[in-house]
Amino acid sequence: MNVKRAGSRRLAVVVATSAAALTLAACGGESAAEDQTAGAGAGSELSGSVAGSGASSQEAAMQGWIAGFMDQNPDVDVTYDPTGSGTGREQFLNGTVLFAGTDATLDEEELAAGVDRCFGGEVVELPLYISPIAVVYNLPEVDAEHLNLDPETIAGIFMGEITSWDDPAIAAANPGVELPDLPVIPVNRSDDSGTTENFTAYLSEAAGDVWTHGEVETWPIPGTQSGAQTSGMIDVVSGAEGAIGYADASRAGDLGTVAVGVGEEYVPFSPEAAAAVVDASPEGEDASDLRLTVDLARDTTEAGTYPIVLISYSVACSQYDDPADAANVKALLEYVASPEGQERASRPDVAGSAPISEDLRARVQSALDRITVAG
Amino acid sequence: MATAAPTPSTSGRTSVVRAGRSPGKLGNRIFAGISSGAGIIILVVLAAVALFLLYRAWPALTASREQLAEVGFMQGKGMWAYVAPLLFGTVLSSVIALTVAVPLSIGIALFISHYAPRRLAQGLGYLVDLLAAIPSVIFGLWGIQWLQPTLDPLFRWLTDRLGWIPLFADYQAPARNIMTAGLVLAIMVLPIITATIREVFLQTPRLHEEASLALGATRWEMIRQAVLPFGRSGVISAAMLGMGRALGETMAVLMVLSPGYLINFYLLKPGQHQSIAANIAAQLPEASGMGVDVLIATGLILFVLTFGVNLFARWVIARRAEFSGAN
Repeated sequence: MNVKRAGSRRLAVVVATSAAALTLAACGGESAAEDQTAGAGAGSELSGSVAGSGASSQEAAMQGWIAGFMDQNPDVDVTYDPTGSGTGREQFLNGTVLFAGTDATLDEEELAAGVDRCFGGEVVELPLYISPIAVVYNLPEVDAEHLNLDPETIAGIFMGEITSWDDPAIAAANPGVELPDLPVIPVNRSDDSGTTENFTAYLSEAAGDVWTHGEVETWPIPGTQSGAQTSGMIDVVSGAEGAIGYADASRAGDLGTVAVGVGEEYVPFSPEAAAAVVDASPEGEDASDLRLTVDLARDTTEAGTYPIVLISYSVACSQYDDPADAANVKALLEYVASPEGQERASRPDVAGSAPISEDLRARVQSALDRITVAG
Repeated sequence: MATAAPTPSTSGRTSVVRAGRSPGKLGNRIFAGISSGAGIIILVVLAAVALFLLYRAWPALTASREQLAEVGFMQGKGMWAYVAPLLFGTVLSSVIALTVAVPLSIGIALFISHYAPRRLAQGLGYLVDLLAAIPSVIFGLWGIQWLQPTLDPLFRWLTDRLGWIPLFADYQAPARNIMTAGLVLAIMVLPIITATIREVFLQTPRLHEEASLALGATRWEMIRQAVLPFGRSGVISAAMLGMGRALGETMAVLMVLSPGYLINFYLLKPGQHQSIAANIAAQLPEASGMGVDVLIATGLILFVLTFGVNLFARWVIARRAEFSGAN
């Protein structure tokens, strides 16, 4: 009887001690992080917290930007929750977050709601994240750095018309490369996605007579292999030889990537090539000097441009009621748009995005200068 | 419950216990209050969830076709046309899971309760319970990294040899079909079903077992005569418990299945079926407005389905109430 009592008492002590230890470790972790950032960024007067949410495509870049910004401004606590573009816009419009990341620009209804949310001011939309979408494939036996594919061939593959890797259309673009006799397994995103939207927009603009489904967020062809979110897509393509899919280029990992046919040449993805296509494109329909939306020219034939690109916007208010909010959001977006910020996001281990051009930066800065306090 | 009644003592003298002064009466009241409070809280939470689902789903259930047409992922279908394949996929994956898990669980439970030596039985029971502690995300990762490549040759063979049967037609690598999802679900519900059935089998009256053995039955005949009939309603309730878990399982199905919105029995073909819970998890991040309401409406339908399954299970058990160890 006494031995049992002692045994259960010991167990209780062990459990209590480990619970206490875990709690203390959690507290300790926070202060350690604070110590690390306390030294750098002296002289910044900004303080407070900035919450943002939205597109998961921006997540890796956002983490890099937050780290860099908090280095310079240690008293500001920035968080970004990759809930998805739709949820991000919703949370921004109902005031839960101060800024949002979104792959799709706000529509008329949302812009009108935005004026209410921004205390009478307009919504600011800035294209600060330009990311190439890579067409990834799983062919470990193929002995080429990038497989060359024309837009019509890519469209044919994803329409299900080209069913084998040694098809003449693929062989014609890749002379000298030995292609295996494997079935082509096209993989798409199972969830509604800005990546799908941009990819299908490219297919319908560059190969509209082969790809007949237009620009859609939901994959229109039933009975295909698919994965949820970018990680799911990569998992599925990695899971079978002969699979081909499309995903944010920074997450391609070990999978092979396609060099896309543009005009007469084949262009593999790179930050410079992605930035080139954005510069070569006209501005969007509802653009203003606060809303720098871009209408991408995906069927461009200009040399050295990579046309499959995703632009993700940062959405903020031009007026905030709290002066700290206005100062913090303005400083954060200024850092994001700055050369250091864009360079940080372009590093391969951060997000591999394309830095925005100087021209675009100047227009972004003049929009940011108009972020003020309401009233 | 305590009243001021005279309590006779053994020596013949009576002692009156005055109300309010008896020790433990306050504790009695507090404990009764706490336990009824806990019971009421559970009912309140259940009602709150049901009301929330109904409230958020109502706009979607009463929406017109034009309003639903704005929701991208519905692809122009009406509400019931959208939910029917999801319901079918949910039930199909759960049925596959139960078909695999229940016989296996009965076997494991019988082994633990009647065949294994005591030490081994305790260890095995503990290990099976440990399976229940594994998070569903881990099961999803295990499914993608290990199960799918392992099942690939088997499914390929099934399609090559038996592909003329629609059940086994049209397999495509990787193995992201409803069959794989059902198998992952089977492993996930196995611990719950096994633990419940094991308890029921252990409660078989020793008298029945010994009587059977005394009449000359072998161990297997004794089990067939005494254990299984006694445990029948317990097995059904365990299966329903497992089915409840399988119906609502989200992450594992999301990671392992390539979804589609069709009603058919192509078990090995990818892109055919989807379960309600996995569909909500996949579509919710990018959904807004009416889309969120539609997804919550599908959640309400899942809630009703799970409720119905549990009611059915309780009815089956109640029919054999005198044998049920669960009640």
